[in-house]
Amino acid sequence: MSKSKNLMMLLMVVVLAIIPFWMVQKPEAIDGAPEIKLFGGSDDKAKDMIGEIAPDYKPWFEPLLEPASEEIASLLFALQAAIGAGFIGYFIGVGVTRERMLKEKLGSPTRKL
Amino acid sequence: MHIMEGFLPVEHAIGWSVASLPFVAWGISSIKKQIAHNPEQRMLLGVGTAFAFVLSALKLPSVTGSCSHPTGTGLGALLFGPAAMAPVGLVVLLFQALLLAHGGLTTLGANVFSMAIVGPFVAWGIYKIARMLGASLAVGVFFAACLGDLMTYVTTSVQLALAFPDPVGGFAASLAKFAGIFAITQIPLAISEGLLTVLIFNALARFNPKELREMGFARELEAQS
Repeated sequence: MSKSKNLMMLLMVVVLAIIPFWMVQKPEAIDGAPEIKLFGGSDDKAKDMIGEIAPDYKPWFEPLLEPASEEIASLLFALQAAIGAGFIGYFIGVGVTRERMLKEKLGSPTRKL
Repeated sequence: MHIMEGFLPVEHAIGWSVASLPFVAWGISSIKKQIAHNPEQRMLLGVGTAFAFVLSALKLPSVTGSCSHPTGTGLGALLFGPAAMAPVGLVVLLFQALLLAHGGLTTLGANVFSMAIVGPFVAWGIYKIARMLGASLAVGVFFAACLGDLMTYVTTSVQLALAFPDPVGGFAASLAKFAGIFAITQIPLAISEGLLTVLIFNALARFNPKELREMGFARELEAQS
């Protein structure tokens, strides 16, 4: 697959992530009603839906450890992504270097002796 | 797709854990066998795990106005077989449950079942079918990862609908409600996951063809070059 095709795919991912920001309009604020928060987690929405369907349901177990704040949570998510991306980058980097060295080895005239 | 801690009734929590357990055991034995047979694949297994780590940490906005994340389990399922992703997904979900209060221990079985079992098996099955129908490697990988991602979220919706049937409409009405939250939100994200999986597959095919050949992609790589 060509470089331009790869670039196109990457671009599409970015576009898909941006489209929602202008597609979704913030609903008009109604007096007295709590402000509607956009782009919250779907997991939270599902939790609210459980509350609507089964208002009597009480969660019977609490998380053992909760991130101290939103900031700490984003730190941990960033860490998770960084560990993963670091490993993938290392692996592909090794592959790139190996190929280059192999080419140099094959290309150098002294090696052909 | 993370069902939050304590948000499944006890019987459901136990039921999904019991359902997930044999797949995790099968996956561990399958990974052990593959690594014993070919120790060099250890690094590639790391890549499959790392991919799931990255993608499941990326919370992306969707057209429904809420955010969700891809799963990243399709890549590993195609490389190591679908069972291998059960223990891999368990590790990712355990990390999130213990450190991030994202998902939970009581809902771990259900979350493993959707993300680390249904997703990978759908991805693997779709890939096989796509290839059988003569689709190219890239097209097969795209639909595998994309639909595996989507079915993970459909599974979560089914799990919640089973646990919390609508008082009026029952299971079906409840499923429609949860699928409206999860599955619709997930559609653009599933497309993103498909594209990203093709991208990393291309990178692996370009720079690590030897490893991929050993994983049974020899025919596919010949056809590409």
